Amino acid sequence: MARRTQVSTRLNGNDIDFLCEPQQSLLEVLRDELKLTGTKEGCNNGNCGACSVILNGRLVDSCCVLAVEAEGAEITTIEGIAKNGQLHALQQAFLDEAALQCGICTPGLIVASKALLDSNPNPSEQEIRFWLAGNLCRCTGYDKIVRAVQKAGRQLQEAKQ
Amino acid sequence: MTTVERSQYKVIGTRPVRPDGVEKVTGKALFGADVQPAGLIHGRVLRSPHAHARILRIDTSEAEKLPGVLAVVTHADFPKTVARVEQLGESTINTNEVGENVLASSKVLYRGHAVAAVAAASRMVADEALKHIRVDYEVLPPVLNVIDAMRDDAPILNELLRTRSMGGKVGDKPTNIAAYNQFKGGDVESAFAAADAVVEHEFTTSMVHQGYIEPQTSTANWNADDNITIWTSTQGAFGVRGLTAQILKHPISKVRVIPMEIGGGFGGKSPVYLDPVAALLSKKSGRPVKMTMSRAEVFEGTGPTSGTVIRVKAAVKDGRLTAVKADLRYEAGAFPGSSVGAGAMCMLGPYIVENFEIETYDVVVNKPKTAAYRAPGAQPAAFACESVIDELCTKLDLDPLEFRLKNSAKEGTRQVTGLPFGRIGCEEVVQAALSSPHYLSPIEGPNRGRGVASGFWFNGGMQSSVVVAVNVDGTVNLIEGSADIGGTRASLGMQLAETLSLPFEAIRTSVVDTDSIGHNDVTGGSRTTFASGMAVHEAGLDIQRQMCARAARLWGCPPEDVFYEEGVLHCRTDSTRELTFAELARQSARTGGPIVGKASLSARGAGPAYATHVVDVEVDPETGKVSILRYTAVQDAGTAIHPAYVEGQMQGAVVQGIGWALNEEYYFSEDGRMLNSSYLDYRMPTALDVPMIDTIIVEVPNPGHPYGVRGVGEVPIVPPLAAVANAIAAATGHRFTDLPISPRRVVETLHNLD
Amino acid sequence: MQAFDYLAPRSLAEVYGHLGNGKRSLLLAGGTDVIIQLREDRKQCDQLIDLKHVPELMTLRITADGTLEIGAATPLADIYSNPEVQRIFPGLVDAARIIGGTAVQSRASLGGNLCNASPAADSSPALIALGARLVIGSSSGTREIPVEELFAGPGQNTLRAGEILLQVKVPPLGPKAASFYLRFIPRNEMDIAVASAGARLQLNADGDRIVAARIALGAVAATPVLASAAAALLVGQAPTEEAFVRAGEAAKAAASPITDMRGSAAQRSHLVSVLTVRALRGALQRALEAR
Repeated sequence: MARRTQVSTRLNGNDIDFLCEPQQSLLEVLRDELKLTGTKEGCNNGNCGACSVILNGRLVDSCCVLAVEAEGAEITTIEGIAKNGQLHALQQAFLDEAALQCGICTPGLIVASKALLDSNPNPSEQEIRFWLAGNLCRCTGYDKIVRAVQKAGRQLQEAKQ
Repeated sequence: MTTVERSQYKVIGTRPVRPDGVEKVTGKALFGADVQPAGLIHGRVLRSPHAHARILRIDTSEAEKLPGVLAVVTHADFPKTVARVEQLGESTINTNEVGENVLASSKVLYRGHAVAAVAAASRMVADEALKHIRVDYEVLPPVLNVIDAMRDDAPILNELLRTRSMGGKVGDKPTNIAAYNQFKGGDVESAFAAADAVVEHEFTTSMVHQGYIEPQTSTANWNADDNITIWTSTQGAFGVRGLTAQILKHPISKVRVIPMEIGGGFGGKSPVYLDPVAALLSKKSGRPVKMTMSRAEVFEGTGPTSGTVIRVKAAVKDGRLTAVKADLRYEAGAFPGSSVGAGAMCMLGPYIVENFEIETYDVVVNKPKTAAYRAPGAQPAAFACESVIDELCTKLDLDPLEFRLKNSAKEGTRQVTGLPFGRIGCEEVVQAALSSPHYLSPIEGPNRGRGVASGFWFNGGMQSSVVVAVNVDGTVNLIEGSADIGGTRASLGMQLAETLSLPFEAIRTSVVDTDSIGHNDVTGGSRTTFASGMAVHEAGLDIQRQMCARAARLWGCPPEDVFYEEGVLHCRTDSTRELTFAELARQSARTGGPIVGKASLSARGAGPAYATHVVDVEVDPETGKVSILRYTAVQDAGTAIHPAYVEGQMQGAVVQGIGWALNEEYYFSEDGRMLNSSYLDYRMPTALDVPMIDTIIVEVPNPGHPYGVRGVGEVPIVPPLAAVANAIAAATGHRFTDLPISPRRVVETLHNLD
Repeated sequence: MQAFDYLAPRSLAEVYGHLGNGKRSLLLAGGTDVIIQLREDRKQCDQLIDLKHVPELMTLRITADGTLEIGAATPLADIYSNPEVQRIFPGLVDAARIIGGTAVQSRASLGGNLCNASPAADSSPALIALGARLVIGSSSGTREIPVEELFAGPGQNTLRAGEILLQVKVPPLGPKAASFYLRFIPRNEMDIAVASAGARLQLNADGDRIVAARIALGAVAATPVLASAAAALLVGQAPTEEAFVRAGEAAKAAASPITDMRGSAAQRSHLVSVLTVRALRGALQRALEAR
């Protein structure tokens, strides 16, 4: 077994430490070491987005990031989207618009959508679809997901005014 | 049984937030791979690299010695069992063959076939240990398609297999044809001779996968007292319990299966792959063992659906569909049991056709054993039949939807099985498509075309049991055993709320494990909202009866004088007597104890479902790329309990159908290896590949269900293959008869490149 | 995957030191290729050297003379979201914004995409068309090569032991010059190119004659291809559809496509001409609009 490294990172607003081996992915450590199982494994090779997290403000597939690379970084997972028990507008919109069925892709989609709205608060339908192309969903056909993101975007814009 | 009138519904037809919604949007919902019992170790499976081979020897001794390895198992560790044929969801299975598929004993029949498994302290150690298991194979030539497999000189997968036909006839020589059947009525040849037009084509479709985003996963703990607990991703906990117990020759009462939240199934998570192996590894190691498939293993080691070869010849006279002759050959995969029969029984579902002859062949090939995929068997058959009908309409200059209306199946129409339809919504669905904004709008522009297609699925009934417990605050616990793969917690809770005239929020629905509820068949066959809903309704009536008896006790009047209406108990003979549900619930203890109702049934009266789809496409003639411009799906839901989830079923199925039509396929090498076993090259539609999917829900209530429910989950995947192919035919002038209609195929055909 | 050491050097000197220590090394920028390759045991190493903490490798700037200099490990998302790059080098943005999807682009780099040397990589034809050059460094100094000289075969680059890619340099385009890149994939995103083409056109001041042209093709040979003969046909010609079609046909001769699970040779050959014409059309439109 390779030597375990200590990694310090800021996860969902909290400063934490963990031990990991160099070859462990961030996805693996989030789920197996930190017990944050909201981030899912769908393909383990960057093609489905079920493992989406936000790393230093950018949307990434955590299966394509080594846990050691989290050193000094700021990470947001699905567990950090709701604040103080209050659902984010996206989460509420997914519920209201029935934008989930089995729910396995939902954490990744919500994280990816949040990253979208953070960088582009008023995306068009095409921009939403392009941004979310890396998040596969097999249940919904994407229609209600796109509508939920549009709705949340509008609500967040209105809240600012 | 009476169907409650639509206008009286208070809860049914509304769109409450689903009960498991908040957990799923916050990442707190527990799926199979999220469970982590103390002392957990990890299992991995060794899979055959060959598509067809005899296993001469398996030597696990080196692997067992590796530090960190706690157990190794092969088929030899399974007890010897007697084969049983059982119903599993929408398929019939031979349990010995299930055991063979779970771990191969003497032969491997497809690349990816499981051969051994290891449990170790970490996945990395387990993967390393697999490399130390030595298997000696005698490699045999594989057979990879139905045509080759049916030849007299084909390599034989199972020397003991004989062709079974309807009526009990059994063939007498080794073969790969597991079953042959025939459906016949009238006189097709005379009808062909007399027809205005006859069209005949041969169609092929490729093996495709259900594509659920969550890989199979199972965690098992075998206690020293021989009680086994399994946390698993499944569509049917009782199916897992039964099969695991059968394979391990273990009493089912000592197997407890806990269905975790399931990340998609579509029929592919009714079968069992990992559970018995994880259990055995746990027995040998004394630790809980978790096994999760990689994405490549999901493609290569679970149950995709059949590739097919289908020939259809059809005739029209005076605008009537007068004859259909069809030959359906489906890949069963490594073991018998494709859904070719369902294909034959569904393809003419939307029509009245007096003369038909359908032959079916179930053929084993060296590919993974096929499993159900959402209306299993119906989609390729509909692709073929609806394409031929489309061409007939074009030839005779008939509007394809008017044609379907004119030839529509109705109540009383006899199916190819001879059974007549009850009340069905076929005409209503076609009519709604005809008058839809989509169909009424023109399609303009070069390289664009519109296609329509219809589909049919019988829907299932099967067994359900539920328990309903009244809480002292007037809320109600609904305890049920149907894995929630599409929103059935909501649809069942809503039906109970409706039955008890309570608000939806008063119902707390739980999906429980096999120790906690009576038997429930798998969530599949579009049966859950129908059959479990029926049970929920019955249990609700049981609660009403009990509440009335309690009120009667409190009021000292005869029970027959008490009635329950709109959530309030009344006394016929004394109008001052009144108690709300909650008020009476508060007094359960004084009136006899907890109020618990139940129902269990094997549901009859499932209502078949119809769908008609309209799609506009644009084809780039230079690259062969097909873009979906607009899609409308029309479907009869009987009664849409939760319209948003009915819409969701329709939209999801449509997008699966689009992927199947345009890009998805298992790409095999000549020696039977799947070359594209990843989401990179097994190309499912992304959000950028499809437009909004418009839905029109038609409601022709099913008289067989108290709320008129018809299953909705499966029929919407039946029309898309043909609808898209028909649209491409309109756009390019060329009819493609082989799926997927990939850009490569289009461009090679249109430009004569091959 | 096998165990390896993870190293996060802070300087180029440290990187060269690690490369010279005798252990099998792999370099890590975005990781979206190499982490998967290590996981699937397609590549092995004793030490994985993370380049993202070396400042020279994370740069993005346009110099005074208009050259775009990009550090080898700079994420694609940085490149395509830069307003200057969007305005001046849209032909590079064409490629950067379609590699792998949003999440991949947050991490993946031009250096990684180039050095991974997939014949189907999107960055290579786009950069070759632009006439970009690569700065390669080692402990003994630096050298420069045109992008097209980086590739030896599928998965094989021409870097020598101890060398790393430092920087991509894209020369300025100037007035009436522009490039365009596009690929053909079966879906609309997330696929590896079946075939691709990048084109650069330099027009005269009146915009009615082609002064210089470059055409680069991807996924149709063992390496990205510079279709010089096809481009040469355009020089001195009016930028017409007929000229583009002739160039497209000629470009086919520069390609030697194979049949695999992503496409057939015949399809790819056909796409070469289609995509070349479309790339030239795109470059023309931009060139006419360029200052």
